[in-house]
Amino acid sequence: MIVVVALLIGIFFSLSMESRQAWIGPLMRPMMTLMNPAPKDLNFATNRKTENGLFNVSFTSNPSPTPLNQIHTWTLHVETPDGKLVENAKISVDGGMPQHGHGLPTSPQVTQYLGSGNYRVEGMKFQMNGWWEVKFVINNGNSQDRVVFNLTL
Amino acid sequence: MKKMGLWILGLGLVMVVAVSITSVIGKQSVAWTADEIKLIQSLSLRALAPLAQYPSNKYAQDEQAAKLGKRLFFDTRFSKDGTIACATCHVPALGFQDARALGLGASIGTRRTMPIAGTAYSPWLFWDGRKDSQWSQALGPLENPVEHGGARTQYVQLLEKHYKPDYEAIFGVLPDFSDPKRFLSIAGPVEDRAANAAWQGMKEGDRELVTKAFVNMGKAIAAYERQIVLMPSRFDDYVDSLSLANQTNKNLTDLEIAGLRLFIGKANCVQCHNGPLLTNNEFHNTGVPMPASKVKDDGRASAILAVKQDEFNCLSKYSDATSNDCAELRFIQSDTHLLERAFKVPSLRNVASRAPYMHAGQLQTLAEVLQHYSYAPVAPSGHSEIKALHLNVKEREALIAFLTALDAPIIAPE
Ligand code: HEC
Ligand code: HEC
Ligand SMILES: [Cu+2]
Repeated sequence: MIVVVALLIGIFFSLSMESRQAWIGPLMRPMMTLMNPAPKDLNFATNRKTENGLFNVSFTSNPSPTPLNQIHTWTLHVETPDGKLVENAKISVDGGMPQHGHGLPTSPQVTQYLGSGNYRVEGMKFQMNGWWEVKFVINNGNSQDRVVFNLTL
Repeated sequence: MKKMGLWILGLGLVMVVAVSITSVIGKQSVAWTADEIKLIQSLSLRALAPLAQYPSNKYAQDEQAAKLGKRLFFDTRFSKDGTIACATCHVPALGFQDARALGLGASIGTRRTMPIAGTAYSPWLFWDGRKDSQWSQALGPLENPVEHGGARTQYVQLLEKHYKPDYEAIFGVLPDFSDPKRFLSIAGPVEDRAANAAWQGMKEGDRELVTKAFVNMGKAIAAYERQIVLMPSRFDDYVDSLSLANQTNKNLTDLEIAGLRLFIGKANCVQCHNGPLLTNNEFHNTGVPMPASKVKDDGRASAILAVKQDEFNCLSKYSDATSNDCAELRFIQSDTHLLERAFKVPSLRNVASRAPYMHAGQLQTLAEVLQHYSYAPVAPSGHSEIKALHLNVKEREALIAFLTALDAPIIAPE
């Protein structure tokens, strides 16, 4: 009896490394297919308060949803928390993929104040699927604040 | 002793049960999830948008221009010694490349010849993207000393001699370039000193006439290149009949499907090789080793300034685009540090049938390519963006099988 069982165990461990991986592989599969899922608690809102609460900022992508591998524009809307439009602010853009450790493939810029608190952001581009951060630093002449949007492509 | 025997028996039983369970799971796990199917569909050739306007080239869709462009593409008279045409290196029977590690024209180059199909979709041309349109790209090899090796006055004079009516039917009057005093036979802003001096010696207005006709040659060649198109592969057929409900189609073998699973999953090739052409057309440093020649090549880093200053870029007076159409150039990523030794991601369509690989043909086979991705060596300069995947033999086999299923004919105008 003991001999039979020991044989069974022996057979298992004598299998080549590869076929053992094949046994275990399927159990790991769900983990593998979604390599690097974004952290669970990310806020994907397109409308956010800046870090120090100075501005409420929202964006729309044109086209929407945000396309892959296509250079396009965003419109950024900036207000104060009490709903006043923020006009002619200086705004800079930055971003990247935190999990890949790289930035944007382009260097987008705010090229025009469109009125009504709206700004035109040109040169937006995302060349990979996954979690992206896009950061705007907004300076209205008196004070400056920063907002980070999360998006997944 | 008896107790121990029971323990081992129990253990054995547990193992038998575990094995049978995993083999059942193994079978079921072949099914794709809805998200995976969406991602797979985004790689299908059917997801490729039809070619639209090409703002910088208003002749891009012109049938006559494509016909002229095709003749220019194959005409060896357009070279220094009359032996080199685009088709010398971009050989139609080889999928418009030459199966060599380094391009060979008037002399040997430092990079591998790239295939042409699909490049109408790329905002950047060449391994380093130093050109931003197909038409401006085409003008590069003509004046490159190691490729066609000629100069633009020579070319427009050949145009006048052999193609005048064809040219004029598309672009209007071709100026008279026959006066040898005004138009020296070999003059252009090229490396060759004599040709360059001859060019500088010409009148500004005459240079302009020459350059305009030269540019139109590029626009005609680009119109032809747009008609060199990829056909659906077995992979695309597989995607066509794939849905959440029906996953049993036989267009791909189990091994190829396993390769596809790795490609979009654990190996994450789809990070850069994405979209219907399996490229994001951007630039990445993947730590490809130095070629045997040890020629230094910093790739995209040096090309940024070159394309910004290119006399034929999207914003130039020879472009038909408005500045709104030139967003890629206007908002170009200019951080040369980040882009040190970054090269354009190649399309993987037909990749199995066009060894060798990488920008200077450093790797001979797909097996070597997968070896590279498995170990992710340190980059010769800059920083490699890839991490070692440690792919085992079976996984490499599967990925190669999948890449082979991307083979398909290329169609070009007769
Ligand atoms: C001597 C061989 C040779 C000749 C002749 C040649 N090419 Fe190329 N071609 C190459 C090489 C090598 C590259 C890549 C060079 C680089 O990145 O610096 C290339 C790149 C290209 C690309 C870029 C593809 C991409 O994905 O970016 C196109 C398009 C192209 N050639 C078209 C042409 C045309 C049109 C002509 C004729 C006017 C031509 N070539 C003549 C060798 C050649
Ligand atoms: C970080 C982006 C990136 C990832 C991830 C990536 N590649 Fe690449 N791939 C590239 C770039 C860039 C090149 C060209 C590099 C060069 O020539 O220096 C390339 C070249 C290749 C080539 C050679 C094609 C040719 O025409 O020379 C093959 C094949 C290939 N990759 C397959 C894969 C496979 C399979 C995977 C997944 C295991 C993968 N790649 C993952 C960016 C990437
Ligand atoms: Cu990334």
